Amino acid sequence: MTTQFVIDGLKAAIDGKEILKGINLEIKGGEIHAIMGPNGTGKSTLASALMGHPKYEVTEGTATLDGEDLLEMEVDERARAGLFLAMQYPSEIPGVTNSDFLRSAINARREEGNEISLIKFIRQMEGKMKDLEMNPEFAHRYLNEGFSGGEKKRNEILQMMLLDPKIVVLDEIDSGLDIDALRIVSNGVNAMRSEERGFLIITHYQRLLNYIKPDFVHVMMQGRIVKSGGPELAERLENEGYDWVKEELGIVDETVGQA
Amino acid sequence: MSTQLTTPTDRQSAEALARSKGEPDWLVAQRGEAAELAGTIGWPKPEKVRIERWNLTAVGRYEKPAAAGAVSELPAIVRELVSEGTENLLVQRNSGAVWKQVAGELSGKGVIFTDLETACREHGDLVQQYLFKAVSKDEDKLTALNAAIWNGGVFVYVPKNVEVELPLQAILYNDDQESTFAPHILIVADNHSRVTYVDCVITDPAAAASPFVHPSIVEVFVKPGAHVRFGSIHSMGETGVDMTIRRAVIENDGRIEWIIGDLNDGNTLSETKSVLKGQGSTSDAKVISVGKNAQQNSLTTQAVHFGKSSDSNMVTRAVMKDSASAIINGITKIEHGATKANGVQTEKVLMLSPKARGDANPILLIDEDDVTAGHAASVGQVNPEQVYYLMSRGISKQDAERLIIYGFLAPVVSEIPIESVRGQLQRLLERKLEG
Repeated sequence: MTTQFVIDGLKAAIDGKEILKGINLEIKGGEIHAIMGPNGTGKSTLASALMGHPKYEVTEGTATLDGEDLLEMEVDERARAGLFLAMQYPSEIPGVTNSDFLRSAINARREEGNEISLIKFIRQMEGKMKDLEMNPEFAHRYLNEGFSGGEKKRNEILQMMLLDPKIVVLDEIDSGLDIDALRIVSNGVNAMRSEERGFLIITHYQRLLNYIKPDFVHVMMQGRIVKSGGPELAERLENEGYDWVKEELGIVDETVGQA
Repeated sequence: MSTQLTTPTDRQSAEALARSKGEPDWLVAQRGEAAELAGTIGWPKPEKVRIERWNLTAVGRYEKPAAAGAVSELPAIVRELVSEGTENLLVQRNSGAVWKQVAGELSGKGVIFTDLETACREHGDLVQQYLFKAVSKDEDKLTALNAAIWNGGVFVYVPKNVEVELPLQAILYNDDQESTFAPHILIVADNHSRVTYVDCVITDPAAAASPFVHPSIVEVFVKPGAHVRFGSIHSMGETGVDMTIRRAVIENDGRIEWIIGDLNDGNTLSETKSVLKGQGSTSDAKVISVGKNAQQNSLTTQAVHFGKSSDSNMVTRAVMKDSASAIINGITKIEHGATKANGVQTEKVLMLSPKARGDANPILLIDEDDVTAGHAASVGQVNPEQVYYLMSRGISKQDAERLIIYGFLAPVVSEIPIESVRGQLQRLLERKLEG
């Protein structure tokens, strides 16, 4: 069965203020969807609400992965069900080494008594780190502590590669990356493309989409998806900006929930 | 019930007990004076902790120790702490030493590793030069009490230029709370010697759970160019009160490293102080603590700089569960004339429950201009963003919190240079955190 991820009528609020005003989106295995839009339109809220960040309250709607409603689950259950969010601002965890963390995350998906062997784990981790051109010492560094912005993003992709999720949400994975790092991160994502896996890429720059070719492009404004199309939509946005979309739809202020 | 404090602090009975043990005259006199003092001066007064509200009276009475015939006769909780292949081991049970073994090679080099009572009899002149010279018996009721009633104990002497490779290990335990359990540990590292000493202080949980007090003093003398590593884990039962004063005097280019694990289940007063007397002397102190139930902890690290270019670093990390509290004091004192001295300290408390309490008090007292000093302190709870991040990778909430808590302690635990201490600490930590 191929992966099927369906977001239906999703509404979410932060501190009682509604940010997502009904998101509908369907992603199948093998597809790459991009959500674009200016800052403050609810893109990152969508990512956080799907993952279950404690600050966001889902007020309506469902998000089902292969028929199971993720929104009914705890954060860790969503992850084990196959959802992965590469975060815009990953947390730093002092005292926990990257490799201990990664092994815990892998073992969380395995039965007790069937933990991954240390040798196999190290081989996998080192292989993927090499693909991402990461210095091997990052395995022994404390998780994200003192990592540069680019190093954190690579570390997010490393986690994605090792955890083998069904649905990957990349939240502004390109922010703060130079061209080299952007190429490496994109190669990592492209290497993970498969018929069983769907991607949702959140970005406000088109340049990432030169490296990762989307099948569908959606524009988000005012907490809703206001326009959808193919890759050509991203190109037009890059050339002409967002004003034409606003004009076409009669939108004056595209943001949502800004005080 | 336990014997009241008045009995062992009486001059006559302190002297009589000392004589009955065959102690030298100077020691009999010292105990007598101390006993009298103990009746007149007050308990130590640490910041924000009223220790006089603790049960401080259950000092117990002296119980003559019965030597063990072999390590295998010791209880399992003691045997499991014995480092594998150790050749240098001393065990104190309640009021006295019950087991001693020292590698012949060390004795051949003039190293002394024995209980302090024996050392007073056999090496009286040497011991007398140092006993109660770093800590003075008239500082407060605690120091006077220890001077009057100390028993068993440890004496380490490492002669000039001798390097002791393997750690000297002591295990001090009580399994009878009616008995006085008051060790005094005295370490003298002569010029350019090196030694590592590690101990564990524990209670046999199988013993009756009545109140007891463990008034203990550690004195370390680091002579010029010597290097002492002192590791100590205290894991006594919840009916006990642990009051331990540790102090080192470090001469020119000497170095002390303290590694302290305060993992008692009962109220704890722990003070670890380095007096950096010599030029270029250095001190590094690492303290970790885990508190549970309604336990109160007063944890103080202190560095006093007299020597030019002396250097101190102090790190304390405490995790408080339930309604436990930790008052952590870090005191860096740089005296006038200690030019180019450098003193750094960090105190952090992680609270795992809304009822837990933590207080970090960094204090810098600097009477010299040409110095560097720094401090950092924080008190907080487990960060929900961090929990969310770990959970988003599939790790359960419980495991996520566990990783964060161990991560909080890791900067101290992972840097412990003595593998056996690190392992023991890890094990006792897990027991206390999960328990």
